[in-house]
Amino acid sequence: MKSLKEMINPLSTSFISQCKTLVGADNVIFDPERLRVYECDALAALRALPLMVVLPETVEQVQSLLRLCHQHNVPIVARGAGTGLAGGALPVVNGIVLGLSKMHHILKIDSHNRTAQVQPGVRNLAISEAAKPYGLYYAPDPSSQIACTIGGNIAENSGGVHCLKYGLTVHNVLQIKLVTIEGELLTLGGNGLDASGYDLLAIAIGSEGLLGIVVEATVRLLPIQPCTQVLLAAFNSIEQAGNAVAAIIAGRLVPAGLELMDNAAIRVTDAFVHANYPLDAEAILLCELDGLSEQVEADVAKATAILQANGAVEIRTAKDEKERKLFWAGRKAAFPAVGRISADYYCMDGTIPRKHLAKVLTQINQYANDLGLKVVNVFHAGDGNLHPLILYDASQPGEYERAEQLGGQILELCVAVGGSITGEHGVGVEKLNQMCVQFSTAELQQFERLKTAFDSKNLLNPGKVIPSLHRCAEFGQMHIHNGQLPFPELERF
Amino acid sequence: MQDQDLTLELQAQVQQAIESHTPLQIIGGNSKAFYGAPTSATTPLKLSGHQGIVEYEPSELVVTVRSGTPLNELNKVLAEQGQMLAFEPPVFSDTATIGGTIACGFSGPRRPYAGGARDFVLGCTILNGKAEHCRFGGQVMKNVAGFDVSRLMVGALGQLGVLLDLSLRVMPIPEAEITLYHSLASYGQALELVQRWQGQPWPLSALAYHDNHLRMRLSGSDDAIRSVAKKLGGEIDKDGDRFWHGLNVQQLDFFKGIENLWRISIAPATPMLDIPGRWLLDWGGAQRWLKSTATAEQIHKQTQAQGGYAICFRGAEKTDWLRLEPNLLALHKKIRLAFDPYQLLNSHRFSPEL
Ligand SMILES: Cc1cc2nc3c(=O)[nH]c(=O)nc-3n(C[C@H](O)[C@H](O)[C@H](O)COP(=O)(O)OP(=O)(O)OC[C@H]3O[C@@H](n4cnc5c(N)ncnc54)[C@H](O)[C@@H]3O)c2cc1C
Repeated sequence: MKSLKEMINPLSTSFISQCKTLVGADNVIFDPERLRVYECDALAALRALPLMVVLPETVEQVQSLLRLCHQHNVPIVARGAGTGLAGGALPVVNGIVLGLSKMHHILKIDSHNRTAQVQPGVRNLAISEAAKPYGLYYAPDPSSQIACTIGGNIAENSGGVHCLKYGLTVHNVLQIKLVTIEGELLTLGGNGLDASGYDLLAIAIGSEGLLGIVVEATVRLLPIQPCTQVLLAAFNSIEQAGNAVAAIIAGRLVPAGLELMDNAAIRVTDAFVHANYPLDAEAILLCELDGLSEQVEADVAKATAILQANGAVEIRTAKDEKERKLFWAGRKAAFPAVGRISADYYCMDGTIPRKHLAKVLTQINQYANDLGLKVVNVFHAGDGNLHPLILYDASQPGEYERAEQLGGQILELCVAVGGSITGEHGVGVEKLNQMCVQFSTAELQQFERLKTAFDSKNLLNPGKVIPSLHRCAEFGQMHIHNGQLPFPELERF
Repeated sequence: MQDQDLTLELQAQVQQAIESHTPLQIIGGNSKAFYGAPTSATTPLKLSGHQGIVEYEPSELVVTVRSGTPLNELNKVLAEQGQMLAFEPPVFSDTATIGGTIACGFSGPRRPYAGGARDFVLGCTILNGKAEHCRFGGQVMKNVAGFDVSRLMVGALGQLGVLLDLSLRVMPIPEAEITLYHSLASYGQALELVQRWQGQPWPLSALAYHDNHLRMRLSGSDDAIRSVAKKLGGEIDKDGDRFWHGLNVQQLDFFKGIENLWRISIAPATPMLDIPGRWLLDWGGAQRWLKSTATAEQIHKQTQAQGGYAICFRGAEKTDWLRLEPNLLALHKKIRLAFDPYQLLNSHRFSPEL
């Protein structure tokens, strides 16, 4: 018979006391009030209280904790800052949360090799701040960069406004230390530009906490560019803006950033930050060019000509740094701005080949109309990464479900035009169903086997990223029963 | 270039190999057979007929190509549109295929500044060791759905799957390029200068030290290059293109001679290692070529002590070609089995154990 205590909390007393011995009682959280902090990430619609939270301070503690969990079959969910948008850090049934917030030290800035060696809980922006005195910075810049951690960035392969030119996390991390579920410490990647054997660094980046716990990272730092200029171009149609994006890329330019906002986004953000955006434009493009001043000058001239040729009705070039910041202010404030006009919003993250931008945006608005919902679009147009923000009000019965349905439709549309269900936010629990649309049975099973190679007991973030085949079968059926199978021509099982 | 899709035939051959327990040797253009340890398999699986551009839209900056397509042909098609493979893969012979290049994970002098082969792979279709046709990644720049299996294929020497199609990110060919050189007498001096330059926001696209010459290539707009060239000083090397090509395909005089050719991958500012032989510094110091008769033990030991690793790129040193920590080797074996449970694909290409 289980004791009352065990029924309330299935972790054994021996497990709990060993955890306390390992990390100190202060770093083990049980108190329900304090546990609430960990019940969700930024996908706040999904919540679950963890049984316990542990906050290790050293690599050795992480190793011992994982060994202990392995021995006691206790599932573990790693957590950085909890800014993830796909429920990746959502606690799991009968599991504990391993918070990395106390491993937050920058270990070394190596200005000669242009690298930073950091602990996983270091905030993204803190790296660039520490590198600044050396004229260097860390390029990937998710909008959440003041809060999100490098461990979370690695787990999600996060991007940002500038990844069109400077790449995603995977392009900017040289080495990580990963603790396996068996408590072994692995070094993946090298201190040069590659490592021997399989590229395990590539597979660890973006693995959403399923393969191991990142306990240290060495990231690449780049020289700060001396000159940056941004153009703001207004268009009378989304289609023209979309074509202008393709033309810029085809015109041999590689902008540092190339962002698109639709009319809804222009209005919402301008009302919030007074960026002086052209309110009547159907779309604006923000095109950032950086490099040496001579290069930027040449690129600005080229970009201006291309934008004009593609129907821009107005093109502004930032006069100074202040105006450049103002151009970006609206884009950067998109989330809070939308938060002001809508009780709730749901941020999607599909990618598509750029040539389909206009078609897809029109179709998204059509879907939204059909469901009586509104969508605001601000996104990384240069790399075809859409972020439709679906506005809804959770207090209205049925609205959340409709928002979720619209989100699903959007992602399936992305797959249908040759894109992906997630560009940078990850699958987590949010997009499990859409994984069934993007991947075949054989592919999902291949993921499963790869996961098993690292974690044979399936204790690291179980239930995330890889849907069970059973789930996919049910999802497929549900879609057909409702008569809504959006793309009957797609192969599925 | 032919346009020929052999997917079904190749799948049938892998299926057949499973049924008859016959290990397969995957062969593209056979131009890189010198690299790695020889596979124990003797039955060839020929990819060179599986050719052609599947899809190429320059404005998407993506090309999807069959793995048996000759690298030369692919480069030509891209150049016609003013684009290129920015990782500048070496074309060791006319037969070299894009599939072999990706399987080996080779990148040229532009690598530190533009990215390596793995950075440009967006997606792939493969036959895994169960003869299943699988597609990972896609044709879009950003894609984090599921594990990044397509990048895992880069440098795996075919052990994790037969590469069928590859989607690669391509980049515009720079408007202008120029090569400058400085005469410097010592490696120490060169390393110091190299690190100083690399810390500057200059449009570098190659940086190498060889034969008392420190050469740098600059890429970008005409004006930008000229202004940097002024700041950097040094002489213009009119034969610059020839030098970078010779370095890339290992036809400089440096590469001649019977000594083993070692490739050392290391943090770029690492001081010179104390190993006898001739050195050539590439990738701004992060890739160092060594022609040497020193023992494998000596070379591995010195390199590992500095946090780098060494590989015998060409030469007789084939036993224990791949050195891995025991825990990493164990993981490699498990991953191998996850993709190729019957161990049919390019067995022992890395070492007797892998
Ligand atoms: C306002 C806002 C804007 C955003 N903008 C962007 C953007 O522009 N681009 C973008 O890519 N993302 C963006 N995001 C999403 C989010 O910030 C990123 O996914 C970020 O990388 C998450 O980091 P985190 O530290 O908060 O991780 P968490 O949310 O705590 O965790 C994310 C995942 O990583 C795992 N994990 C965390 N740490 C580790 C570790 N050390 N080892 C192993 N696994 C670990 C977790 O288990 C979970 O699966 C945004 C989010 C918000 C709220």
